[in-house]
Amino acid sequence: MSALIKNPFNHDLPPLETPLVNVQLDGQWVKVPKGLNVIEVAKRFGKFIPHYCYHPKLSIAGNCRMCLFEMGMPKLDANRKPIMDAEGMPVINWLPRPQIACATQATEGMAIRTSSKLVKDCQEGVMEFLLINHPLDCPICDQAGECRLQEYAYDFGKGRSRFVEEKVKKPKRVDFGPRIILDDERCILCSRCIRFAREIAKQDVIGFVNRGSYSTLTVYPGKVFDSNYSLNTVDICPVGALTSKDFRFKMRVWFLREAKSICTDCATGCNIIIGSRENVVYRLTPRVNEEVNSHWMCDQGRLGFHYIHSKRRVTEPASHLNGSLFPLEWSEALRTVAQRLMEFPPSEIAFLVSARLTCEELYLVKKLMETLGKGTEIFSEIVPRKGVADGLLRSADLNPNTKGAISIGIGKEGTRIEELKNKIRAKEINCLFAIHENPEEVGIQEDILSYLSFYVWQGLIPGPAVHKANVLLAGASFAEKSGTMINIAGRLQKLHKAILCPGRAREDWRILRDLLLLVGLKERVFEKISDVFDAMSKEIDLFDSLSWNTVGDLGIDLSQKLKNRSIL
Amino acid sequence: MPKAEYRLILKHADEPGYTVDIDCYLRHGGYQVLKKALAMAPDQIIQEVKISGLRGRGGAGFPTGVKWGFINHEKNTKPVYLLCNADESEPGTFKDRQIIYKDPHQLIEGMVISAYANRAHLAYIYIRGEFAKGAEILEKALAEARERNFLGKNILGSGYDLEIYVFRGAGAYICGEETGLIESLEGKRAYPRIKPPYFPAVLGLYMCPTIVNNVETLCHVKHIVEMGGAEYARIGTPNNTGTRIWCVSGDVNKPGYYEYPCGAITFGELLYEVCGGIRNGNKLKAVIPGGSSAKVLRADKKYKIPRKKEDGSTEMIEMGLEDIPLDFDTVAATGSMSGSGGIIVMDHTRDMVECLRNIAEFYAHESCGQCTPCREGSLWMKKMLDRICSGGGRPEDSKLLLEVANHIAGRTICAFGEACAWPVQSFVEMFGEEFEAKQRRESSLEILEPVTTRTA
Repeated sequence: MSALIKNPFNHDLPPLETPLVNVQLDGQWVKVPKGLNVIEVAKRFGKFIPHYCYHPKLSIAGNCRMCLFEMGMPKLDANRKPIMDAEGMPVINWLPRPQIACATQATEGMAIRTSSKLVKDCQEGVMEFLLINHPLDCPICDQAGECRLQEYAYDFGKGRSRFVEEKVKKPKRVDFGPRIILDDERCILCSRCIRFAREIAKQDVIGFVNRGSYSTLTVYPGKVFDSNYSLNTVDICPVGALTSKDFRFKMRVWFLREAKSICTDCATGCNIIIGSRENVVYRLTPRVNEEVNSHWMCDQGRLGFHYIHSKRRVTEPASHLNGSLFPLEWSEALRTVAQRLMEFPPSEIAFLVSARLTCEELYLVKKLMETLGKGTEIFSEIVPRKGVADGLLRSADLNPNTKGAISIGIGKEGTRIEELKNKIRAKEINCLFAIHENPEEVGIQEDILSYLSFYVWQGLIPGPAVHKANVLLAGASFAEKSGTMINIAGRLQKLHKAILCPGRAREDWRILRDLLLLVGLKERVFEKISDVFDAMSKEIDLFDSLSWNTVGDLGIDLSQKLKNRSIL
Repeated sequence: MPKAEYRLILKHADEPGYTVDIDCYLRHGGYQVLKKALAMAPDQIIQEVKISGLRGRGGAGFPTGVKWGFINHEKNTKPVYLLCNADESEPGTFKDRQIIYKDPHQLIEGMVISAYANRAHLAYIYIRGEFAKGAEILEKALAEARERNFLGKNILGSGYDLEIYVFRGAGAYICGEETGLIESLEGKRAYPRIKPPYFPAVLGLYMCPTIVNNVETLCHVKHIVEMGGAEYARIGTPNNTGTRIWCVSGDVNKPGYYEYPCGAITFGELLYEVCGGIRNGNKLKAVIPGGSSAKVLRADKKYKIPRKKEDGSTEMIEMGLEDIPLDFDTVAATGSMSGSGGIIVMDHTRDMVECLRNIAEFYAHESCGQCTPCREGSLWMKKMLDRICSGGGRPEDSKLLLEVANHIAGRTICAFGEACAWPVQSFVEMFGEEFEAKQRRESSLEILEPVTTRTA
């Protein structure tokens, strides 16, 4: 395992060299790695042991008692040797007390009953206890639809309450930090959030106060839970106690359309699920990938999607004429761009490209430059974005696909920005094509842009010097496109389109494909994104022998190939 | 005449002129046993404790020598800690504080010997936060012992170093549970640890091997070393050796603490002869034999007790409550336990539903809140009993109370689950008619006739 995040616990992943032991699971003898958590043992064989406080990546608390199971161990003879049955397997001696599966590990000859009368009685008991003080506010609770309490009540509960006493009332709308609100009355005190804060986020500021049924979750006095990973506690909260201020009351989860994708906020490329409805993205949640982000993602990445619904977003192609912006038909816009690009000698054209583009888009940019250049190399550069790595999931490289851009051969890792600036000033470059980058952000201000004879801007939200652009091409956000990117560790991963582009905006690969056709690419017509990937795999040896389908939902490790090419 | 007490631990405790000063202790032969112990090999002391058959006096009655034997000193490379559990939070139990208030040096001597036997160089006395006076006495006694080199570096020139500190607890019942105590001592919330893997002898304080013993237990160690394990084992009965301090509270004329050899006295003798009989000439109704968490025993019930015959076989004999000898095994055979030795007596004027409500209120208040069944169930039971007592009982409440208790016992991390469920189970099972009467809004006291008429 080479996960970018190092989980302190991996209860679901025993070391590869762990020997196998015989375990009797609901009467069936199976072989499992020694020491594997009993919840995971059951899971591997299609059984389910319900649990609240257990999380495979957190320490064991053992307090919810939902995973109680009946356990047996081999019956021993006078010499303390297991007594064997006719089939050569140990005779089982069942323990009178139920055990918790989360804190029990598989050993030789262990027997597990996941659905015996005793187990069902335990499960019913715990469900009844959990529900007595829980507010039955599912109609307004954000967690409804993905609430473990709701689900288990159906699967393991009694179906009725015998509690006629007054409920314990706990605080509502407790401010936990800049992004989190606690509805304490829903808390089932599983302590997952506390353990997450201590063990993963390393910000030990939440804990329980008071005793018994009056126990409440709280932030330590004078503290706030403002870790950049705080929203993971909302994901792992099995009920609707911890809620995201951003998502709270915005959408019922069962209305959300889910698309598997990756976060594009930095080079880590955390695997995510984009939850959207009617072309609006409502939330990003982490998707488990042990090779990248495990179960987690940072708050910055999680909340960094709102720009895609910005009112300032360009949603149709347009051109500037006499200082005014005029919408264009796509055919007209693309024809204009293609014609003007072909008017300049290749040495006078520059591409300022974003490393937030997908490999396919970057490949098409490269193809466009080659077609226009006709053997002469066209100036290209990517815009570098540097942050600070936090040792968890934030990378210092804030571009999600720098490795892809370098692999495909676009730009020199941002080192030629000054050169570009000087060349524009010197009128050596007269045509600039900025793709998903605002030149102003790297110091190519309005006065410099004034030197250009032709400036095409393609993207989402234009910068202040947008009026200098002769043509604006409305592109797509990460949620509106499919494609691949290579993360900082050299893993090729896929984005999947979650929503449609707003207005008349278009997926960037289609814009680039159309321009390519207009500037004279004849040999190939790309109809879908996988066609671009196939072409890329034929032409770029890094992608050799890969296909769109082989990349899969969890991506493919290209680190060795990248190391061989000195890109990693 | 009541049977004479056999005071081993409390020998000097109430003697006129006996003080907590070290000089007084030394005048009475104090720290002489320590000298003897330091001349012995640690394993030899452990062996003597094993031979003595000493069982823990904190509640569980686990053999002390066996507990000490869990540490593998040959392989262990970590420091070993000795913790004295002076939390004494079980209602009805007030024996440890007598030792601390009246003879603290006996505890310190017992601790130094025990720490030496277990190769511990650091020990703590975890005393309940509310026992401010006790902590003060202990601090002073420790300072005195340190001054005379019974503590500290190179104790009495033996080359053995030990430091003992007093740690004032957080004041919760669960702080007396040995793993909760360890968590509290580490500065955390006193949540019990999951066993396995956190058996204190393996993973205790700071994840190091740790021995947790009760105050009374540690005092016994001194006497075991003094008289030898075999001699000590002659006190009491087989498997129930040594003396025990019984704390009697409730409806007796002379409540207090009394020390007898295990099994040397019956409930009847203790209550009627030693404690002067039931208060106001009333009649005995029930007894809780080992602190409030132990199952209540009904006075008019016959209990089947196993007894070994001469040929070695076991026969079951029926016994009334008053004839039951006070030892670990016989009391356990009644279905209850001698636990912490806190005997709570209830006479015929007691409303058992009210009594249970009182106990349930305590446990609902003291549940640490870690495990779902105990956290939610203890308060639910308390609320139900409140309702029953205030006239809102329903016919189904007894059954529901039992079911809730059954859903707690045996399903939690620590024994607090049993502690809060057992009283409910036993009170409802033993005095079901009183609960039913209450649920019918009748006076439960009219239902039961007094069961015993014996007088002192």
